Amino acid sequence: MSGQVDESLRSELQKQGIWVTSTQELYNWGRRNSIWPLQFGLACCAIEMIATAASRYDLARFGGEVFRPSPRQADLMIVAGTVTKKMAPQIVRLYNQMPDPKYVISMGACAISGGPFKRGYNVLKGIDRYIPVDVYIPGCPPRPEALLHAFMELQRKIDGQRLTGNGKAAFLDPKQPSDFPVPAFGAHDLEPPSNPEVFQPPLMERT
Amino acid sequence: MSVGFHELEEAPPPMTARVEGDLLEVSMGPQHPSTHGVFRMNVALEGEIVRKLKPVFGYLHRNHEKIGENTSYLGSMPYTDRLDYFCSMTNNWAYALSVEKLAAIEVPERAEYLRVILAELTRLQNHASLLGFLLSDMGAWGTPLMYAFRERERILDLFESLSGSRMMCDYMRFGGCRCDLPPGWMERARKVVDAFPRFLDEFEKLIVSNEILIARTQDVGKLSAELAVNAGITGPMLRACGVNYDLRKVDGYGFYPRFKFRVPLGEHGDCYDRLMMRVLEMRESIGILKQAMEQLPAGPIMNPKVKIRAFKPPAGEAYGRIEGPKGELGFYLISDGSANPYRYRVRPPSFINLTILEDLCLGHTVADVMVILGSVDIVMGEVDR
Amino acid sequence: MESLDELKGRAEQAVPGAKITIVPNPGPANQPSLLLDNEHAAAVVRFLRDDAVLRLDHCSNATGVDWLDRKVSKKVKVKKVVEGEEKEVEETQEEFFPGYLEAVYHLYSMTHKHGPVVIRTRTKDRAEGARLPSLTPIYRSAEFQEREIFDLYGVRFDGHPDLRRILMWDEFEDFPMRKDYREPDDYEYEPTPHDDVLERAKEHYSARPQLDGAENLTAPS
Repeated sequence: MSGQVDESLRSELQKQGIWVTSTQELYNWGRRNSIWPLQFGLACCAIEMIATAASRYDLARFGGEVFRPSPRQADLMIVAGTVTKKMAPQIVRLYNQMPDPKYVISMGACAISGGPFKRGYNVLKGIDRYIPVDVYIPGCPPRPEALLHAFMELQRKIDGQRLTGNGKAAFLDPKQPSDFPVPAFGAHDLEPPSNPEVFQPPLMERT
Repeated sequence: MSVGFHELEEAPPPMTARVEGDLLEVSMGPQHPSTHGVFRMNVALEGEIVRKLKPVFGYLHRNHEKIGENTSYLGSMPYTDRLDYFCSMTNNWAYALSVEKLAAIEVPERAEYLRVILAELTRLQNHASLLGFLLSDMGAWGTPLMYAFRERERILDLFESLSGSRMMCDYMRFGGCRCDLPPGWMERARKVVDAFPRFLDEFEKLIVSNEILIARTQDVGKLSAELAVNAGITGPMLRACGVNYDLRKVDGYGFYPRFKFRVPLGEHGDCYDRLMMRVLEMRESIGILKQAMEQLPAGPIMNPKVKIRAFKPPAGEAYGRIEGPKGELGFYLISDGSANPYRYRVRPPSFINLTILEDLCLGHTVADVMVILGSVDIVMGEVDR
Repeated sequence: MESLDELKGRAEQAVPGAKITIVPNPGPANQPSLLLDNEHAAAVVRFLRDDAVLRLDHCSNATGVDWLDRKVSKKVKVKKVVEGEEKEVEETQEEFFPGYLEAVYHLYSMTHKHGPVVIRTRTKDRAEGARLPSLTPIYRSAEFQEREIFDLYGVRFDGHPDLRRILMWDEFEDFPMRKDYREPDDYEYEPTPHDDVLERAKEHYSARPQLDGAENLTAPS
């Protein structure tokens, strides 16, 4: 309904103490101001994540201070640190256990693409090989301000999610998967080495 | 995807009436709020008492040693920051010391004093963070951690203005340090060091006379001196058992013999002693810092004869070690005369301190396992490398 | 602390039949090591730990090292008959050193505060004979480190109480730290590949038409 109300009319009404909104805006506003992250740090970036939640760079201002240890109660998984092949099945399992709607922030160079440890037999070159990622934060480690910026980006993304219609959010669409298959330990590598539905390596087209 | 019962092709297996031997196997980790990183323990419990404990790690194995073989000597320096990610300065120093032993490089005076100052600052913030984490594992739920991190942020500000990065400093070089102090750094450092005892007094009051803490840590996880020496335990965990072995006194590296400081020793070897060791060591570190900052001479910070790029040490091998905040951190390097080391090995104190985790936890309850693990002070970046 | 020769002499007396060699360490670090034979290694180390003068009770570090088969060629002057005359001719002689795996231990003393004494044990070869005696019954600190050497190098330690993989997962079959280990082809987009990264990435490139004499970057089919 708010799509039909003019902006100037809306601000006029607000000055009189009447607030006009739509269910979608209200729903998104409530969700984005109370994101519960999963308490999940892997390596050095985890310390910067804890520093962001500490008193100097306060994450509580954005509503994200309640770090839940159990994935069943969390909406956001901040993958902070290097993802190794030994740990990857557990991460996918944790992601599957989170209830919808869920988001993933890939924090630090290691979680984006392997980072400085890319040439490694045990390092997974980016968590986006198995699960979909919403926000990427570069850095090694990214400063706490960068994590706050990513948090605000995620909040903006949640604000823009539609509940009905063609472009509706993925978690409301029954055809989009919210569980991803867990890779198994193979003799030389994980099997499969990446999930083709989630990750396509860019083709090297040299012209 | 849930499968309804009518869709199953065969009936589910029957539940067994009792578990074999009444032992319940619990896997604590790798995702766990109190395990200091991705660490897993397979614990067999009889009720609440621990009967068997097998640690499982490798969840952060980033093949640091293989990368070291394929990278030049200088190129491995940033990777050493990421070993024990709380203490990047001491990791750098241990590596620089080993390479200096390998190639017989001398370090100028000012650089050695700077190294001592930065190492002791690292020790301060590491011990403060550890106490914060341990108290929050015991159920204080984050408040002591906020206090500890407040002090840590002050020290990280100093590191940032000196080396450009809060945590991954990459500051030491073979033959000295990377860059000299910016103007005003010394005054700010003095202010931080002078304000630290007030924080320590406040924190010590929280610890020493807190009856919950005393009840949960005294007589828990007792470690005997013989087992500690045989198991290669080093650092505050060893000294809590009463063994007087501090590499700053034994090896006397880096001008430590010039400073007057005492080595605190514990009596019982339990968690309470290990906690108090860190508090006492912080006080000694403040003493060393004050002396070093007073005596800091002027001069060059880098040995001019060393080629930093295209660095090729002579063939041979060397093992260098320092007293890091967690224990004895050593680097073993085999060089064949080329630009990359032939074998690059890190001796991780946390990995070896975990050897006797099972012995410490047997007979205690599950809740004590967390306290004992917290007092061992592990960092997974170092355990798994 | 006594010199390495005296130490060697006393150890050979205490453990009859032990063969100890001193391996010199070129380079300025001055840390030569003792090479022990596999049969008597445990007994010699036990002597080193329990001897009253040495008391090397702290095993600080246990490392695995991989040495591949090496061919060392030397130019040697040899007397040969050339065209009826005896002359000194330069010839290249090739010596073949078979590869082996090694475990290096650094021992210190916490009682007497001296050290290090460096001990080496070598396997017969890099395949079936990759077995070494375990020092875990003597030093508990070797327990996890020997498991790591097994995991990453494939050396079996006889006498180890719990020899299984520690850093890699149990189903893994390779020994990653060996010098001839090849990583799985885990292709990742590289914007400016060069050297060996380019070699590995070429297998993923699509066919490219030959334009203006440009380098053909297709993989051999």
